[in-house]
Amino acid sequence: MGALLRCENVSLGYEGDVITKGLNFTVSSGDYLCIVGENGSGKSTLIKALLGLRAPLDGKVELCGEVGKNEIGYLPQQTMVQRDFPASVREIVLSGCMNRCGLRPFYNKEEKKLAHDMMRRLEIEPLTKRCYRELSGGQQQRVLLARALCAARKMILLDEPVTGLDPKATNEMYELIGSLNKKDGITVIMVSHDMNAAVRYATHILHIGRKQLFFGTKEDYMTSRIGQAFISVMGGEDSE
Amino acid sequence: MSDLFAKLHQSFQLPVVRYALIVGLLIALCSSLLGVTLVMKRFSFIGDGLSHVAFGAMAVATVTGITNNMLIIMPVTIVSAVLLLRTGSNTKIKGDAAVAMISVGALALGYMLMNIAARKGIGRTSGNVTADVCSTLFGSTAILTLKPADVWICIAMSVIVVTVFLVFYNKIFAVTFDESFAKATGIRSDMYNLLIAVVIAVIIVIAMNFVGSLLISALIIFPALSAMRVFKSFRSVIICSVVISLLCAFFGIIISILAETPVGSTIVSADITVFFIFCIISAVLKRGR
Repeated sequence: MGALLRCENVSLGYEGDVITKGLNFTVSSGDYLCIVGENGSGKSTLIKALLGLRAPLDGKVELCGEVGKNEIGYLPQQTMVQRDFPASVREIVLSGCMNRCGLRPFYNKEEKKLAHDMMRRLEIEPLTKRCYRELSGGQQQRVLLARALCAARKMILLDEPVTGLDPKATNEMYELIGSLNKKDGITVIMVSHDMNAAVRYATHILHIGRKQLFFGTKEDYMTSRIGQAFISVMGGEDSE
Repeated sequence: MSDLFAKLHQSFQLPVVRYALIVGLLIALCSSLLGVTLVMKRFSFIGDGLSHVAFGAMAVATVTGITNNMLIIMPVTIVSAVLLLRTGSNTKIKGDAAVAMISVGALALGYMLMNIAARKGIGRTSGNVTADVCSTLFGSTAILTLKPADVWICIAMSVIVVTVFLVFYNKIFAVTFDESFAKATGIRSDMYNLLIAVVIAVIIVIAMNFVGSLLISALIIFPALSAMRVFKSFRSVIICSVVISLLCAFFGIIISILAETPVGSTIVSADITVFFIFCIISAVLKRGR
């Protein structure tokens, strides 16, 4: 169980305004880390820093040894550009295989098969030729997840994966992510508002606010004072 | 009717007219390829800004009297493309303001240079500044100025543009659809943005002699916007916009020969017509569903 990702004393923010600071944690191979915290505590910003999309104000984020930049999948929050983009579901899912291509300009058979398998797994196969902008929010989310899965060979980062999904689809999404982690051994890092899911599926919890409030295993979090307080506010255990 | 055909037949006897058709179709092909990318990446303003820069460079070339305009215009436009892209991604300077500044500045300086040069009789100015400026902005009023060398340059550039587009097609799609995903999963999206900007600069420079610097953006944007109304996948949108662009260029050139209208604006008018037709088609399709 080697370390895949390490954060040392990281501060995050915009142009000098510190949102959160003192982040120290390590993600090991096979972990399921859930990042929780109030709105505006910098969870999405942290995900972007982990992916190298945004430089931290201070400190160091590093991918260690085993995982390369092109072995990571990412499920972003949707941007406005994508909502009216003319692209078919197949084209979008296939673009997740791009990081396997290297300099090769076109996709090979295996990559096309992989994309197809992922679409079947997420039950969006019938939508293959449909236009992305005509799908419902939940369907769009599945398409983006299928794309992320194509890209994720060792690790996947998810930013609010269940936004816009109904309760049934939400459950399915969590089950799917859980099985990815358990069966396929893919390391998961997820931002979520949903404490319920966090304590049910995650192996580790990172709770951030103005600074790092907690990092450790789920079991420790649930017995810690901050964990209990947050879970009771967010309506965690009881509603299961 | 037979008069028209006779006139057309007669026109095509002239090599210049055939050159014009070849060049026009090649320009239409190249300019339509990156239209979708430009629209979706909100790069349309860069295309417009670049064409003004190209005008400024053209003015400098005219004044200095260099025999081949391309030698000045091409590098200046490519460098500007790179610079504009930088400012566009820099959050501290407002990207659109920087583009407006550079493009209007180039326009003003270019016009002033041409004016001064004409008055003093420097360079290759013809003495009629209004005509010079007008043809640079809106394209040649007559298409009889093309030389075989221009045609060859145009063919070479088109081959480069089309090859680059085909080889990087999937990467251009990935970077256009979701730049942060592409970047996060290890694709060098900055490099591809740069590539897109350079290709746009090349297209603008090739097209500038023909349709004029103010009208190039229309040639890039309109076919893509029309195709996006009706078609649903990236590939079909691209194919459709290429077809639209080629047809509009073809009929635009024919009409401009017959009716003796300026080429550039005739082609753009055809593009606008197609855009409205596609708007209606998409409205009908939506109602039918």
